[in-house]
Formats: sequence, structure tokens, C-alpha cells
Amino acid sequence: MNSTVAAAPITAQAFKSDYKPIWCPGCGDYSVLSSFTKAFAKLDLRPESVAVVSGIGCSSRIPAYTNCYGFHGVHGRSLAAASGLKLARPDLTVVVASGDGDGYSIGGNHFLHACRRNVDLTYVVMDNHVYGMTKGQPSPTTEPDWDSKLSPGGTGLRTFNPLVIALAAGANFVARAFSGDPNGTADIIADAIRTPGFSFVEILSPCVTFRPEQREWKQLVRPGPVTTTDDAARAARRIMTDDGFNIGVLYKGQRKPYQPPVGKGKKRPSDLEAEFAI
Amino acid sequence: MSRAKEKDKASISLVLTGSGGAGVMTAGNLLLEVAAQAGWYGLMVRSSGPQIRGGEAAALLRLAHAPVECLDDRFDVLIGIDWQNIHRFADEIPLDGASLMIGDPDQSEPPEVFVKRGARYAPLPFKQMAKAIPGSWPNMIALGLAAGLVGLPADSVKSVLQNSLKKGGGEKMAANLAAAEAGYAFAANVPAVPRLSGRAAHRAGRDARWLITGNQAAGHGAVRGGVRFCAAYPITPATEVLEWLAPALPKIGGALVQAEDELASINMIIGASYGGVPSVTATAGPGLSLMTEAIGLAVAAEVPIVVIDVMRGGPSTGIPAKSEQSDVNIALNGLHGDAPRIVVAPNSIADCVAATQWAVYLAEATQSPAIVLSDQYFGQTRAVVDPPADIGLITERLKPSATAEAYKRYAITESGISPMAIPGMPGTAYTADGLEHNERGLPSSQSGDHIRQLDKRAKKLAQFDYGARWADIEGEGELAVVTFGSCTGAAREALARAAAEGIKARLLSLRLLSPAQPERVAAALAGAKQVLVVEQNHTGQLYRYLRAEYDLPGEVKSFRHPGPLPMRPGEIHQQITAWSRL
Amino acid sequence: MSTKQSTKRNAKVSSKKSARKSTKKSTRVSTRKTKAAAAPKSARAPKRTAAKAATKAMPVASASEFMAHAYAMEAEAAERYAEFADSMEMHNNHEVAELFRKLSRIEQRHADQILEQMGWKQSPVSSADYRWEGTEGPETADPTELHYLMQPYHALQIALHNEKRARDFFAHLAKVATNGGVRKGALEMREEEAEHVRLIEEWLKRTPVPGSNWETDQDPPVLSD
Repeated sequence: MNSTVAAAPITAQAFKSDYKPIWCPGCGDYSVLSSFTKAFAKLDLRPESVAVVSGIGCSSRIPAYTNCYGFHGVHGRSLAAASGLKLARPDLTVVVASGDGDGYSIGGNHFLHACRRNVDLTYVVMDNHVYGMTKGQPSPTTEPDWDSKLSPGGTGLRTFNPLVIALAAGANFVARAFSGDPNGTADIIADAIRTPGFSFVEILSPCVTFRPEQREWKQLVRPGPVTTTDDAARAARRIMTDDGFNIGVLYKGQRKPYQPPVGKGKKRPSDLEAEFAI
Repeated sequence: MSRAKEKDKASISLVLTGSGGAGVMTAGNLLLEVAAQAGWYGLMVRSSGPQIRGGEAAALLRLAHAPVECLDDRFDVLIGIDWQNIHRFADEIPLDGASLMIGDPDQSEPPEVFVKRGARYAPLPFKQMAKAIPGSWPNMIALGLAAGLVGLPADSVKSVLQNSLKKGGGEKMAANLAAAEAGYAFAANVPAVPRLSGRAAHRAGRDARWLITGNQAAGHGAVRGGVRFCAAYPITPATEVLEWLAPALPKIGGALVQAEDELASINMIIGASYGGVPSVTATAGPGLSLMTEAIGLAVAAEVPIVVIDVMRGGPSTGIPAKSEQSDVNIALNGLHGDAPRIVVAPNSIADCVAATQWAVYLAEATQSPAIVLSDQYFGQTRAVVDPPADIGLITERLKPSATAEAYKRYAITESGISPMAIPGMPGTAYTADGLEHNERGLPSSQSGDHIRQLDKRAKKLAQFDYGARWADIEGEGELAVVTFGSCTGAAREALARAAAEGIKARLLSLRLLSPAQPERVAAALAGAKQVLVVEQNHTGQLYRYLRAEYDLPGEVKSFRHPGPLPMRPGEIHQQITAWSRL
Repeated sequence: MSTKQSTKRNAKVSSKKSARKSTKKSTRVSTRKTKAAAAPKSARAPKRTAAKAATKAMPVASASEFMAHAYAMEAEAAERYAEFADSMEMHNNHEVAELFRKLSRIEQRHADQILEQMGWKQSPVSSADYRWEGTEGPETADPTELHYLMQPYHALQIALHNEKRARDFFAHLAKVATNGGVRKGALEMREEEAEHVRLIEEWLKRTPVPGSNWETDQDPPVLSD
């Protein structure tokens, strides 16, 4: 095989920082990190042209583990910060990392409106059905009967279905992935980044500390039995009737991303003064 | 009382009231434009009931030959197109025996509360007169009447009205010009009101002056300072800042985005500014409360942002459309942790331009959040002002050199300010973090890193050279009035009155509320034996802050009252004279 | 996804082979990940059945393509062990960290040998572009098997499992190969991996078996962000 490639392709390793994760050994997020870096390499991005934005939680630690520009903000607001960044700097590739608590509970409102607004972002939620950083409380995706100190006997609440919500709210790309399939997940993330508009990737990523039974997920996940659709209603029906373990790109739409033109207007602030003059 | 009976005055104050589509705000705005056109100065404060449409409303105007910054203690004229529920504004419309009320006798008698104050009354059948000129509106009669009463030239009324009606499609032009003329002529039939002394400072239609609200001014100051991104969530009384910026930003290469809530708007501007684009948002107390957590993020991650807080009555929803200086505490202290931030307060409508521009400059230069404390009075009052000069301070964010090796985003430096890389710059990628971090920006919970970063963030604000703009210091005397924001105009006028009576006093109006400037304040107050702290809130928030941060000389007194009643020059004047004669 | 030969609760989840649409040339090789359903207890006493030979595979066309695959396998395995070592280091389990570091170095050496043998400066294809029949390479360790208190014995169990998978993968490849060069390479690699299996089995014999309470931690988890 000849290897006379003009410029050496950027490797996934080049996107990893020398700062090591604090995640528990066995955590699915390690693999998601590797999927991020693989996806960036696959798209031949430069580390400085990528911004990884996050909120608070285990998953939100990801920015500093990459060699990209990172933004580790406050709990639940990653999508807002990322939207502001992308709108002001459309030249950047902006990827948002969140978890089921950060993204679906405290950040739930921003999730809805980010789907509606359809800014060209990729939103990756590492879903482990639990708050890990605060020692195991139920999140919106936790089963209603999951016992915990904070909600003894379970919350009794219906679980949140992020993919259906995303479809209903207008996300332009909706996928489910599994951390145990880092190459497949990298493909999905790359596809999400490549697809214009708001791309939502829910990644089942086990918490071995508070949800050790999630180690079993690797036996349960399977590629979705159908191909990607551009019909949101069909996609919603599919996702509402599956068992939560079908992975793959569920929906890809054609919506135009929201991006007000920046840098186009050439007037100076002093040109605006005329309206005040008597 | 005696002053009101003088023949000529330095300013004339009048109110137009009405309800349910009477159009008093339109008439008031046109009257202000007529005054501006005639070379006068003036301002118009809006007061209205809680109804979105159809509620009682009052346009409170003060006209003069020289710039005015606040409402007077009383009104010379009250024109009521109708009187429905106007008594609710009685406290905001002080009348006395020298005041003149003009109302429509076909509607009802003037409200008891005004009659009791001894105001004179002259009837004018607005509705009938308007009916007699088909297609005309009663508020145009009121406009003409007001202009005639205060002695504005009929030509100016005509040209302003023509212009305005033309913008509206020229509909009913003739009828309404006739209505205004009829109102103008009717002025001769009612008792005379005092006229302005001296001459207009400007010739009609000449010399550049601006007609602007504080909210527009703040928006304009932001873009002068280099702001090119705004995330907006509507809230009274700050919305007009955002509505001014919405079409303005795209013209100069920027953008405004409407956010889903204040949590989003503040985080959006932090994201945009992290991306290297100077950013602003505007809000009021409830929004500022929601934004507080993220402002702390801007402190910790050292992301420059500007938040314009147009203060209104609080706590909670409070009194949304009326003014109060009660966000001092939250602006100065409303963040968890030791979180130094910049707080700037404009002290006039025109200063909303300069102070906001300065706030952008300070935020960008120090990589810190800056809060601009405006208020509803500034924000929604429209005034004729001399064009505020560009203060010439241009945004300059310290960036790493391209050859920087082993880049440390939060490097400890002499000034406390570290070069800030912008996404896209190769070799300097870092993670901006709200977690405490080391110099590289990596999370750290070690005491050494915490202390170093706390010191750094405090130092960069403490050591920054704020120049002369930190306060306005005027006059001399052993009595000093210390105030900020919209109380400044009233305090300045009170001191002028006192000076006319031979009482020497000085004014210290703080533009930079945070970080505290103890040495400068000590110098400004050197030799003062009495310090009167004036503010418009219930607990003396500025007073308490000053007592905590500064070693104030002599005897210190707090003079304050909450909104929505404005701080008037007369009440401050009274405090000064009473205290100085002790 | 791999075919599950699981017992117990996953009996009905016998999914088909990967349905993933791969646009990747002919780099697709199949293997089969076969082991007991990883119950939550799996870290408690990692016990693994020997991987069964893959039954179906798309034989690679050329020796060079084969070597690219082999390289990807080794490189991925090396990277994963290094990740494990970092993770163990972060959690102050230095003994196991060192063991994983060693395993990573061994795999990396194999990878480097392939480059050298082929005269490549770097792999002609990124490892992310490979599709194995399972979700990961035949020699890549499963991260959910880790535990912060795990002992060398557990780490070696993981390694043993991977080496066996690798051995079986190459054995299968040799069987289905139509190209003589590929068959030869696969048989060599099978022998190499079989040797690793033997070495690790030896190593395991010298390694103390953990007591039943090896994962006991008297303190509760720590609160972070």
C-alpha cells in the first residue's frame, strides 16, 4: 500500500490533551471522548477551529480533555453559551457536550429552544440516567422506580424521551449512539457535525459507579432496524415504539440553519447618530 | 410657592394626561420635538397604568432654554384630555395654587385631589372642538394648546406636525394641523402661565442636538464601545435598549438574537465574547437576578461582558414601569464567592452613551463583567441633549502573541490581566472554566491556585487606571452631597439653588461604583464636615455601601426614598438648607 | 453488532450482524465477540469464556490490506490500554496502571513492527475507519470492565480475554483467506497471539487471586462539581 499522501492527515490523538480524565474507570465517557477526537480527525478539522462547550456534570468535563478551544460553563447553560459563540463566530465548529441532568433537567428549556432555533451546532448528550457528580440522584431519564437517597423508592415520574422532544421541537438531525461503539459513535458525530443546523446525538454512556447494571447495555444495543428518514413524524413514531436501544441516525431534515449575517454591515457606529439628530 | 408666581422662569413643567387612546404620549413627544425645533431643551417622562392598551397615561414634560436633567418639584400646567383614573398619578403630579388645570367640561370635573391643592381650572371642550374639525384628534388640540401656553412658535408646531403626519402617510394632515392651530389659538383664552426667562440657547432648527432616550443612549454607547453582539430577552423597562440594538447591530456588522430567557441571554453573550466579539445584554432587576450565576462565570472564566440593568421598582416583579435605584446591592454584591466586577452608573440621559461605552471599554480591558446601572427614569425619558462626545476609548483586549509558547490563559501577571486567546488562534487553545483553575486553565481545587487566581482577579480591577471618569466632582464647601445615577440631576439642581442662597456645597456623583475607590473618594471629600448621601431606594443601599467601603469624613446622613416618586431637587435642597443652618 | 451467545437475561437479544452501512472500501473484517453477558458483577471476578472462532468473515484481498488491519488492531489495543493506565493512575491504582502501561507498550511494539515490516511511516488508514464485526477491534479491551480497586489479576484476565479474541480472529482469517499472502500473515499472527495467550496464562499463575472483598470501599463516593 503506498503512503504518498500529500499532507499527513490529522490523527485523533492530536485532539487529545495531556490533561487526564477524572472519570471513574469503566465510565462510558472515556469512549465518547475518543469518539469526539476520532470524529474531528475524520473531518480533518484543526484543533483551533473547534470549540467544545459544556455545562456541569461528569460529561461536561470533556472540553479540557481535548486540544480544542473549550468552554466549561455553568450547569444547564451549555447550549446558550454555544449558541452565542456560533452566532458570533460562524466560522468555528461548535460541539456541545452535556449529560442527562445538565441537558434535560436544568437545561431543558434551552434544549427545546436550541432545537427550534436550529443554530448549526452538534449537541452530544451522554445519557447514563443518573446524576453522577453529586453521587447518584435520579435524572429525567431515570426509571421511575429507581431507588435513591434523594428520592427513596423512586421518583414515580415518567421518563423523559429526549429524541422525541428533539424531533417535536425541530432538531435537524437526531441520532442515538452507544459509548461502547466508539467508531460507530465517531461516525455519527462526524455526520452530525457535517449536517447543517442543530444536530442532536444522544449517547447511551454507562455509569459504572452508580448504575453498574448499565454494563449490560452492550448486550442490549443494536443498530436501528431501519434507515434514516427525513420524515419527523415517522421518526418520532419509531423512537416512541422502540425499547431505547436502537442506535443509529434516526432523522435528518432539510431545515436551513439560523444564522444572522455577521460582518456584513459596513456602517460605523457614528453613522447611526443621524436618527437622534434634531 | 413664591417662585411659581414669578413672571419668568428657568423652566416650565407641564403634564398631558388622558386614557383609552387619548394619545397623550404622542402629543407629549411632539411637544418635545416642537421645543427642540424651537431651539429649546427639555425632557419628557412617561407614566402609565399597568394596562397594555387603553390605560390612564401621563406625559410629564419640563421645557427650558438650557439643558434639564430632572423633573421639577411641581407642575405649572396640567392638561387633561380626560380625567379617567388620573387621580392615581396624583403623587407624581404635584400641583399648587399657581398651577393651572385645563380639562374638558363635557367629560367630568377635574379630580378632587387636584382641586384640593388649589390649582386653578380652565375648561376646554377638547372633544367638541375636535368634532368641529372633521378627522382631527383631541390630542392635537392639546398639543397646540400646550405650545401656545408656553410660548413656542406656531411655525415650529406646524413643521413638526407636518413632518410627523407625513411619516404616518399624510392622513388627515389638514384636519390635524387645523386642530393644533385651534388649540394654539385657544391658549389666549386661558389664564397665562409663566414664560421662560432669557432666550433659547439655539436658533430654531439650528445647531446639532439630539433627541434621545436613555435606553437608546445606552445601546448607542455599547456600539461605540465596540459591541457587536447582543442576546436579548424582553423586560420592562429595558426592552428599548434591545429594540434599538436589533436593527443597529446588523448595520455595523453585528447581530442580535432573541433568547428564550435571561439565563440564555447572559450565557449567549458570554459564549459570543469568549469567541472574541464584544457583547452586551440589557435587563431589569428580575432578569439580573436570573443572570447572576452566569455573571459569576464571567468573573471566574474572565470573559468580558456588559450587562445594562435598567432599574425598576423591586423586589420581585415590583413596579415594572417605574423607576427606583434599588439594584445597588445586587449589582455590587449579588454573586456568590469573592467575585470582583465592574459597576458603572451613568448620571444623566446623555451620560448613558458615555458611561456604557466606558463600561464596554473597562470590561474588555480587564476581561471582567461590567454592570451598567441605568434606571427607568433614564431609560424611558426622552430628552433634548447636546450630542454626547465619543469618549475615544476603544476596546482593546489583550491577546497572546502568535509566537507565545506554553500558553497560559490565566497567567499571573503584574497587572493581573493575562493575554486572552480567541478560538481560531493556533497553538493557544485552552478551556475557559468556571471551576477554579490553575494558570493554564485546568481545574484545580488546591488552595495555592485558588488564592493566586482570587488575587489576580481582584488585582486587575483594583490596579486598573480608571482616570477622571470615575466620578463627577463639582463645587466646593464643607457640605458634600454624594449620590449616583438619576439622583444626580436633582442633586445638582438642589446645589445650584443652595448656591444662589449663599450655601456652599459640593457634589460627588459616583460613576464607578465598583471596584471601590477609597483614596479618590477621600480626596474628593477632603475637608467635608457633612456628607449627605442621596439615593432613591428604601434601605439606603448606596449609603450602606459607602459606610462599608469608605472612611467618610465628618457627619454622614442618608437621605432616601423609594420609587416610583422621583427624587426632586426641592427635597434635596431642603435637606441641604436645613442641615447647613444647624 | 456482535452475535450474543449469552445466557440468562439476554437470550432473546440475538441480534444480527452489523447492519451498519460501511462506505469503507473493503476494510471490513468480521470477528465475533462472544462472551457471557456482562452483568454488573462482571468486574467482581472477571471470568471469561474463550472466544469462539468467528464463523463468517469477508476475507481481505491483499497482504498489504491485511497488515493494515493488523496494525489497526494493535494500535487500538495499545491506545485503549494506555487510556486504562491513565485512568488507573488518576485513581491512584498504580500497580494496575503500570500493568496496563506495560500491555500498552507491548501492543504498541507490535503495531510498530508492522509499520516497519511494511515500510510505512504511518498506517494508511485511520483506525477509526475500521469496522469490526463487533463494535470494537478484536484486541481492544472493554472499558466497562474496569474498576478503580481492580487488581493485576483482573487486568490480566482482561488481557487474556483480548489475546484469545485476537488469536481466534486471525485463526478465522487464515481459514477464510483466499490470498496466499494473507493466509500466511494470518497464521503468523495467530501463532503470535497464541504465544501471548500462553504468556499471560503463565503470568496469571504467578498472580495472586483477589480475595472476595477486593472491591470493598468503606467510604462513600466523593461529591464533585
